[in-house]
Amino acid sequence: MITIPYLTALTTYFSYGLLFVFGQFRDFFRKIADWWLGSNLQGYAPICLGLEDFYTRRLYLRIQDCFGRPIASPPDSWVDLVERVSKDNNKTLQRTAKISRCLNLGSYNYLGFAAADEYCTPRVIESLKRFSPSTCSTRVDGGTTTLHNELEEVVANFVGKPAAIVFGMGYVTNSAVLPALIGKGGLIISDSLNHNSIVNGARGSGATVRVFQHNMPDHLEKVLREQIAEGQPRTHRPWKKIMVLVEGIYSMEGELCKLPEIVAICKKYRAYVYLDEAHSIGAIGKTGRGVCELLGVDTADVDILMGTFTKSFGSCGGYIAGSKELIQYMKYSCPAHLYATSISPPAAQQIISAIRVILGEDGTSRGAQKLARIRENSNFFRSELQKMGFEVLGDNDSPVMPVMLYNPAKIPAFSRECLKNQVAVVTVAFPATPLLLARARICISASHTREDLIKALEVFSKVGDLIGIKYFPAEPDKQQQDDGRVKLE
Amino acid sequence: MASVAMDMLKAASDWLTFAFDAPFARAVVFGVNIGGHLFVEGLLVVVIIFLLSQKSYKPPKRPLTKKEIDELCDEWVPEPLIPKITDDMKYEPPALESAAGPHTLINGTEVINFASANYLGLVGHGKLLEACTRSLEKYGVGSCGPRGFYGTIDVHLDCEARIAKFLGTPDSILYSYGLSTMFSAIPAFCKKGDVIVVDEGVHWAIQNGLQLSRSTVVYFKHNDMESLRNMLEKVTQENKRAKKLRRYIVVEAVYQNSGQIAPLDEIVRLKEKYRFRVLLDESNSLGALGSTGRGLTEYCKVPVDKIDIITAAMGHALATEGGVCTGNARVIDHQRLSSSGYVFSASLPPYLATAAITAIDILEKNPDLITKLKKNVGTLWKGLSGIQGLEIASDPASPIVFLQLKKSTGSSKGDLQVLEEIAHRVLKEDTVFVATSRRSTLDKCKLPVGIRLFVSAAHTEDDLMKAGESLKRVAALALNGHD
Repeated sequence: MITIPYLTALTTYFSYGLLFVFGQFRDFFRKIADWWLGSNLQGYAPICLGLEDFYTRRLYLRIQDCFGRPIASPPDSWVDLVERVSKDNNKTLQRTAKISRCLNLGSYNYLGFAAADEYCTPRVIESLKRFSPSTCSTRVDGGTTTLHNELEEVVANFVGKPAAIVFGMGYVTNSAVLPALIGKGGLIISDSLNHNSIVNGARGSGATVRVFQHNMPDHLEKVLREQIAEGQPRTHRPWKKIMVLVEGIYSMEGELCKLPEIVAICKKYRAYVYLDEAHSIGAIGKTGRGVCELLGVDTADVDILMGTFTKSFGSCGGYIAGSKELIQYMKYSCPAHLYATSISPPAAQQIISAIRVILGEDGTSRGAQKLARIRENSNFFRSELQKMGFEVLGDNDSPVMPVMLYNPAKIPAFSRECLKNQVAVVTVAFPATPLLLARARICISASHTREDLIKALEVFSKVGDLIGIKYFPAEPDKQQQDDGRVKLE
Repeated sequence: MASVAMDMLKAASDWLTFAFDAPFARAVVFGVNIGGHLFVEGLLVVVIIFLLSQKSYKPPKRPLTKKEIDELCDEWVPEPLIPKITDDMKYEPPALESAAGPHTLINGTEVINFASANYLGLVGHGKLLEACTRSLEKYGVGSCGPRGFYGTIDVHLDCEARIAKFLGTPDSILYSYGLSTMFSAIPAFCKKGDVIVVDEGVHWAIQNGLQLSRSTVVYFKHNDMESLRNMLEKVTQENKRAKKLRRYIVVEAVYQNSGQIAPLDEIVRLKEKYRFRVLLDESNSLGALGSTGRGLTEYCKVPVDKIDIITAAMGHALATEGGVCTGNARVIDHQRLSSSGYVFSASLPPYLATAAITAIDILEKNPDLITKLKKNVGTLWKGLSGIQGLEIASDPASPIVFLQLKKSTGSSKGDLQVLEEIAHRVLKEDTVFVATSRRSTLDKCKLPVGIRLFVSAAHTEDDLMKAGESLKRVAALALNGHD
């Protein structure tokens, strides 16, 4: 839960209002200029109407240099950022040949597999030479190699389910699997802060979608009871099936899902649970098996486990794990299995090798060291930031740390000042977050050393004082925390 | 008695008259004399308003009690998560043990591979492997982030520039998966209320994109220009007033479900007449059609800037993974913020982007790969002529050769069983690996199923003749019993 001070809320509204007014002025003048110069569309409707890209043109373009920064090295703990210049006031950006080496706090590199690894990379190159970068074919035609079958077994073992199926992209996994599992006449209840791929999959399935308040099992129970009692809209027939969609770690909040309570409720009301572990698999839990291990939930209670390999395994792709019948049915009906090119063989080999390192099957204890290090790093960084007075979200043990900024002007200020001090951060604003709650999101990796973190903390403290984002008083005096605050969820 | 009542009545009326004629009743408000009777009238008006504002009688709402909800929840039983598994669901494809080139290893035996869309024979090419190895050593495998958050690596920008230069368009944008290209590009431009005219044989990704865009979708008969013209006519008649309405035609260059080629010059003529924008999916024609491999626009001699949006999955001729979308600068810039498969997903692994750049370099240096591919398709057609029970339903220039049953068994499930038997026997007995076209339960396309052969420039003439003979033999055996 985020509590925003009154003054900050006011100033944020005021800033956005001002930007909106200026944007409208400029649009008005542009309309006149267009009418004066004559349009060249010749009867076609414009491809972007009026207010659809207002946000892009008038707000986003001003701070465009904070997003999409190109890099010229692997996204490891230190990264080479390519500098860009703009000759037309930030409308377009050109690359220069200059490079600056920065501490990387933005890439999803939880276990440090992003760069070339001593165990994984030789094996990946071998599989590249054997199977070539692509099979050019769908899994069901001629795209299944022995490597793919091995990968599915290894993933199923790691996650703790009887069988698994692997796809080439995490986003497509959600969008193509949900329509195959549930259709018209079914009910989907999804968390209000779910990721865009889950929302897309739910919409594409044709089922009715209802939302429950973020991470509140009580509200979930209330919604379930109401919906079962009422039945389908208008006809009041009973629902065919009900599925509850939750995530392991929510990427914009850094919070863990309240899984034990949600699973208990779903068992009581006979709803199916779909858990998306994109950020939590490999990164939390004693042996890296995700949020089920951390919170002590039996994997047999969760019907469908989904995850991606981009974050902790340094590769690409997504998987679904469940019972053998479920996976068989997916292989028969899921469009991503039948129509999409199979996952690239070197990427598959990277996942297999990374899982072997995590489980210690490569003969060293590097995996256990990495897991311990990321836990230590996350807890250390979070507690230090909180001591300094920043407003940091997220639970303990979670490697994702959003730091609240609120005002739209602080977003580019924070990003650019940190860049001047050789620290690369990620800032997120509307529409990925609610309008008032802009934040900077920090992702800790197992490859960050203690010195890296201390340097980052120094830079944050300096920049935080400069732009005024230390909303909480720095410890040890914690008196005035509860006056004059507006609670926002 | 009566006089007492009369007296009382008189007293009451006297009192009333007195009350109404009392001084306060003669107040002057706004220059109007208020007499006492106005109070009665005022009271009546208030009563009328009160009665009118009362709602009509409704039976009182009785929400369900907690006990009733508990009972309903107890007696509700959901359907099982998946339907019962039948035998035809248990199909397992054969597992390859080597690269998916023109020859591959299945179960220890070498087979001729017609199931990979490896049109230019770049799978296993030395230069490609070298470039990828260098890239893997430098960048590792994954890119660990979406494009907006440090997932943009300089090879991505180089790849986008290279593809744009190759096709002759101003700019291009790279997606991390071929399937997500179309179903992210369509909802970025088509919103509720827009009109889309689309061929009925398009593949699932386009259908999903149309569904997510919530626009009005109109289908026309597969590859039939007459039907397209009628649909365009109908749509323009119905929507004359809406000037802000965006109208699109969506077609594929070489249809994955049937191997037909879309007549692009005809479509461009119609588009200009009726003012529609064209979205072209060139997955199977990039690198395969046209004298230098630039796709359908070169093949039909249409200038590429007449097509508004071109998308292509790179998992076919270019022997890599991912997808690309090209068009003018406005179109591409809009997608960088509003295309969900680009913004909310991790970017393409850098070694695959390097593979794409190398593939295009190889293609530009060796245009004879295209002529070889054309020759191979011709040889296969010759080898398959006179086949019993099956007919070739694809275009003679398309690199996908699509065989359909001459006489269908009546249901697409039955057709699929016959075709699978043929494919299985061809693999077992003659070591030729072909694929049948399987449909998902979510697919809305109604075109018939068939056997697909992907011809590659790396196939030798012997390979093709062997495939032709083998198919002829097995088809004759298998279909004699089904006549």
